[in-house]
Amino acid sequence: MWEFIRERWDLIGYNALQHANLVFQAVLVATVVAVALAVVVNKFRFLDPVANTLSAIGLTIPSFALVGLLLPLTKIGAMTAFICVAFYAALPILRNAVVGFSQVDETLIESARGMGMTELGILLRVRLPLAWPVIHAGVRTSVQMSMGVAAIAAYVLGPGLGGYIFTGLSQAGGANAVNYAVVGTVGIVIVALIADLLMLLLGRATISKGIRT
Amino acid sequence: MTQGTPSQGQSVSGAELRLDQVVKRYPGQKVPAVQSLSLTIPAGEIVAFVGPSGCGKTTSLKMINRLIEPTSGTILIDGNDIRQESATSLRRKIGYVIQGGSLFPHMTVATNVGVVPKMLGWDAARIAERTDELLDLVGLDPDRYRDRYPRELSGGQQQRVGVARGLAADPPVILMDEPFGAVDPITRQRLQDELISIQRELGKTIVCVTHDIDEAIKLGDRILILQEGARIAQYDTPENILAAPANDFVADFVGAGSTLKQLSLTRVRSLDLNQPTTARVGEEMGPVLARAEAAGDDEVVILDDRDRPVAWPWLRQMRNKTKVIGEPRENLVTLDEAATLNDALDTMLTAAHSKAIVTGDRDRYLGVLDFETVTEHMRSAEREAAENVENAEKAESAESIEDPAPTGEAGHG
Repeated sequence: MWEFIRERWDLIGYNALQHANLVFQAVLVATVVAVALAVVVNKFRFLDPVANTLSAIGLTIPSFALVGLLLPLTKIGAMTAFICVAFYAALPILRNAVVGFSQVDETLIESARGMGMTELGILLRVRLPLAWPVIHAGVRTSVQMSMGVAAIAAYVLGPGLGGYIFTGLSQAGGANAVNYAVVGTVGIVIVALIADLLMLLLGRATISKGIRT
Repeated sequence: MTQGTPSQGQSVSGAELRLDQVVKRYPGQKVPAVQSLSLTIPAGEIVAFVGPSGCGKTTSLKMINRLIEPTSGTILIDGNDIRQESATSLRRKIGYVIQGGSLFPHMTVATNVGVVPKMLGWDAARIAERTDELLDLVGLDPDRYRDRYPRELSGGQQQRVGVARGLAADPPVILMDEPFGAVDPITRQRLQDELISIQRELGKTIVCVTHDIDEAIKLGDRILILQEGARIAQYDTPENILAAPANDFVADFVGAGSTLKQLSLTRVRSLDLNQPTTARVGEEMGPVLARAEAAGDDEVVILDDRDRPVAWPWLRQMRNKTKVIGEPRENLVTLDEAATLNDALDTMLTAAHSKAIVTGDRDRYLGVLDFETVTEHMRSAEREAAENVENAEKAESAESIEDPAPTGEAGHG
């Protein structure tokens, strides 16, 4: 086992970084898109159940199936993997962002408006900072989930540690099959733990002390 | 052009506010929420909007800063139509204070207070200076509170910060919507007193919506009592409203005991004080007794070397002594000149003399207030106010609300 890891150390490290990188980029894009959608949903409240239903349905689609659906459109490669991860990443963020925005006290909004804040100012200086703890929690969940999704996305030759798992599966019974599977799985868990720690620190840095629980 | 010079001749930084046939009709509603409201609020005065819930008082208030757009009619601030500029730039010039302070929980006290100045593009140093000045004004030590978050403050403190925030950019007009509704009665009373003294200093035009008639009486230079549809039931000084309610609605709303309410309108300092015989601690008794007998007084107020009253003995208690002696000052109950007549009566009823010694700054002796003076004042105030209202009714055609020289006006001072 140790032999196996030592021989491939550089490659494993590289793949781990690739894995983290894929998740990071996908979650980043997903956050922007999901928060933007949530702003729209918050503006038109009747969309609220629509958004909830969609994200619930979205989460029931097996990620493996989504990869298959995307293949004819985006071909084999990193792009397909990225879209797949970003899609799943957006769902919990969207749900949390909708809840987070809806929990902002309306009297605060009116007070802000009464003081002469523009709508954009209210969004950036009042709504977003107040909804941020909830949104941040969604992003954190999303990062964890995306670690696993990114592994599946490796099926289409996407980057990351998922490739080891598939190699292990395809070589089942072979000499290094278990080694591959273990390296892939444990590697992802370690990357996920580090990412979670970073998310925690991000929360510390970005959530106002006045509303931290 | 600013009319309406408030009682003390203090500086007026407020602006006149005029509503002209303002109507608010919501789609699908048969009766307008506000049916043609017209009134003038003189610069530098506090006007309290009161009325039962749903009478349109908050709607009327929010039309002034365009949180609600009137269906028709015009609103003028200092003669300028409020629709001449964008709603956001208008609002930055109007202070807005709502229940509980409504502070942004994610911002520190200083950031909250600095919200409007920041939008107006003040530089950081000026904002910081202004913030400290305002915190000081509302009775919060800047060094201690500036960097706190709202949740670290009590309700009363939050409300104070809310008031400071409303005053931040020095707006001529301030709108308050149930400003002290969310705090306990004792804190509320203190906040009201503070607002009165801040207002005396600043002379803003303040519109304050409240459902509490007692708060309106206490705060308002004038009170606007609204009926459903924001129809004006009466718009007058508290004195006149209490003494002569315009109709049954007002009478009901003001409630029973309006004469009693008037007691808390008037301050002791606006009444004439008696000047009975006084004596200094350490004086020979002989001449003092002679003075008192010549003046026909039964008792003598004894002052210490700093003019503070220390004792109030009957003549018969003094006869057997050779020199005037004082007693520990704490034993004597006195009345501050800023006390209301309500407090004064309370003091008299529990005192031995059925009179009360009145003191001014640093407990300096001013005179003695007796029961007859208070009752006489109440009677004449009521009479005068009734006459005023009668005259005003006669001169109804001149619909402007020029100051009918209300009787107890000095009582606000």
